[in-house]
Amino acid sequence: MNFEFDEDHRELAHAARTLLEDRCSLRHVRAVFDGPASYDERLWSAGAEMGWMGVAVPEAYGGVGLGYLELALLAEEVGRALAPIPLSSSAYLATEALLLAGTPDQKERYLPRLARGELIATLAVQERRDRVGGADLATRFASGRLDGVKAPVPDGDVADLAVVVANGGSLLALVELDADGVRREPLTSFDPSRSLSRLHFDGARAEPLGADGEGHALLDHVLDRAAVLFAFEQIGGAQRCLDLAVAYAKERYAFGRPIGSYQALKHKLADVFVAVELARSNAYYGAWALSSGSDELPVAACLARISATDAFQTAAEEGLHVHGGIGFTWEHDAHLFLRRSRLLALVLGPGRRWKRTLVHRLAARA
Amino acid sequence: MDLDDTPDEAAFRLEARQWLEAEAEPLTEGEARAGFSEFEDAEEIARARQWQERKADAGWACITWPVEYGGRGGTPMQSNIWRQEEARVRTPPDVFTAGIGMAGPTLLAHGTDEQQRRWLPGMARGEQIWCQLFSEPAAGSDLAALRTSAVRDGDEWVVTGQKLWSSAASVADWGLLVVRTDPDVSKHAGLTYLMVDMRTPGIDARPIRQITGGANFNEVFLTDVRVPDVNRVGEVGRGWSVALTTLMNERSSLGEGGTGGALGVRGLLALAETTHDERGPLLEDDAVCEAIADCYVRSKGIVYTSLRTLTALSRGVPAGPEVSIAKLVAGRMRQQMMSLAMDLQDLFGAVVEPEPDSDHLAWDHGYLFAPAARIAGGSDEILRNIIAERVLGLPAEPRVDKGIAFRDIPMGPEHA
Repeated sequence: MNFEFDEDHRELAHAARTLLEDRCSLRHVRAVFDGPASYDERLWSAGAEMGWMGVAVPEAYGGVGLGYLELALLAEEVGRALAPIPLSSSAYLATEALLLAGTPDQKERYLPRLARGELIATLAVQERRDRVGGADLATRFASGRLDGVKAPVPDGDVADLAVVVANGGSLLALVELDADGVRREPLTSFDPSRSLSRLHFDGARAEPLGADGEGHALLDHVLDRAAVLFAFEQIGGAQRCLDLAVAYAKERYAFGRPIGSYQALKHKLADVFVAVELARSNAYYGAWALSSGSDELPVAACLARISATDAFQTAAEEGLHVHGGIGFTWEHDAHLFLRRSRLLALVLGPGRRWKRTLVHRLAARA
Repeated sequence: MDLDDTPDEAAFRLEARQWLEAEAEPLTEGEARAGFSEFEDAEEIARARQWQERKADAGWACITWPVEYGGRGGTPMQSNIWRQEEARVRTPPDVFTAGIGMAGPTLLAHGTDEQQRRWLPGMARGEQIWCQLFSEPAAGSDLAALRTSAVRDGDEWVVTGQKLWSSAASVADWGLLVVRTDPDVSKHAGLTYLMVDMRTPGIDARPIRQITGGANFNEVFLTDVRVPDVNRVGEVGRGWSVALTTLMNERSSLGEGGTGGALGVRGLLALAETTHDERGPLLEDDAVCEAIADCYVRSKGIVYTSLRTLTALSRGVPAGPEVSIAKLVAGRMRQQMMSLAMDLQDLFGAVVEPEPDSDHLAWDHGYLFAPAARIAGGSDEILRNIIAERVLGLPAEPRVDKGIAFRDIPMGPEHA
């Protein structure tokens, strides 16, 4: 047993951190957050040159041909930096769906460009505010055409390609978003450094991804795999929140001494540390299950997801609180983490769904 | 990154499993493995000693200890594999935590060669039950405030004072004793660490009844107890750093005990599956599922954190204060898990089964025992302080007991 990443798994992440420190300071994040762009195109290009979008894509499809351990560690860096790029939508979700279910032709058509970052892709599941978790999905695919409305779709405004859950979930459809019959409508995102859109499909040309009738199983599989990678993003963000709060607690004085010397704050920050470490340990298990093709992945994914979501939200909320009044200001960075933590908590469905799924999977396994 | 055994580890596991299968009965479906002993049943203690002796004879005792001290000279990884395999068979409850789990590692770190030769082999064979004589009426979380005094008299120390919360002290052969040898220096500097034969005249261990009804911990009165200086571990005045080694091993033992949480969650799942309300099995109740999931996520988080620590140990990185995580999380989690299990049964949760079996796990007893895990070996609050100061590097709180002689430190009216 060896329950740790090796140095060679970390090489890509080390290089990514260097790049991110240079090109993705919180000032850069703010440029997207406060500005008109949906993502940081320069950072996306720089990441593409380092092969970020193709880390786990086989070389035969133009990828780097590393694996999920390397991708997980990259995700942690991207999360730590709050990088305003559509990596999760494109690499963890859509590219994975293609790798799992694409025909050789579909893979050849899209994977090389996705792996090089020349194409951006996303996954579209939900449709209405009052219907959650796959209920009453109305988008229809028939005879090569797609009709319906998907919202909110992460990165839907900038994606070239979408994997769309259709026919009540029984089929996943692949649709190019510059085709006729597709209209994009930007939505205002709770985290403006990551965009959300509504996509209207009106007889848009599309094709099935995977077999008809296997959409539910395929989607579950895609979400399980992505949950592990998202967990690393969340842990990266959580660790940064903790680091910032600890640093502030050491330098801010009240009643003649650093606020970090008071037990009330020590205990709060110790609890955040514990949440992050538990999440990291659960996420390691997820990374092992994902990278080794283990049949434990369905449970491991739930553990990683639930634990990391809790850790990032706790760290973002308590981290902001430690800063006091300044943490509530627009100019302070604490709310960038708070907003991202909420966005990442919701993007694959909320904690309660993963908890129920976990228990049902455990009961089925027993 | 690989959770599977290496070929060497697999061979070791197979060897361990074959020996265990030949020597012990497998646990039956749903049977919980034995936890810590309550030291009330002499026969149970005798069985525990016999089991330890058989392990020692076959080379399975104290896997990581050197062979010459009764161990196997194995790796931390092998020790972990052994624990996993031993957990699959029916064994007597653990009576050796304070000895093998705490005294042993303390001697290995701070003892002289002679002391190691004197105690470790017998400890590994289960010949000695140990107890910990640390806490006192006026020294709990603030352990270094202890007042039991030891005065040098030739080759001996004369010890007088009172110790508290000492599990197994009334049946123990040896005690780990921290005493104050100099009240005129600052409080941590005046402590010394001794091994005391519990049969020495002047020791009076009186069991204290606990909220579970059991009485396995004690108050221990020491009156002019003579302890030879050769039983001193570490230098005079350096007892605090020796005690910290004991405490760190205590936390890691207690945290490991807490990882039985995964088994507890299996019990919870079974309970929720077989218990129905008017809508069907409770496992179909979303709130129940979410509460069980919260327990499971934390219990697995502890397990995987310990595997990370184990990997670090295998790479030569010493375990740090972060081992406090397991005990901190496990204590609170077990309390919540036991109360959830009681909740699932409505008022029957309050009915104590005289002889609980696997279908009626003693959740009520577990609930009553759970507070102990949050207090013993460093309370939740002390562990948070350790994490905050030693892991996160937050500044220490200003203290009124610093830089002055122990005898000048203010104390409450009760102890003044």
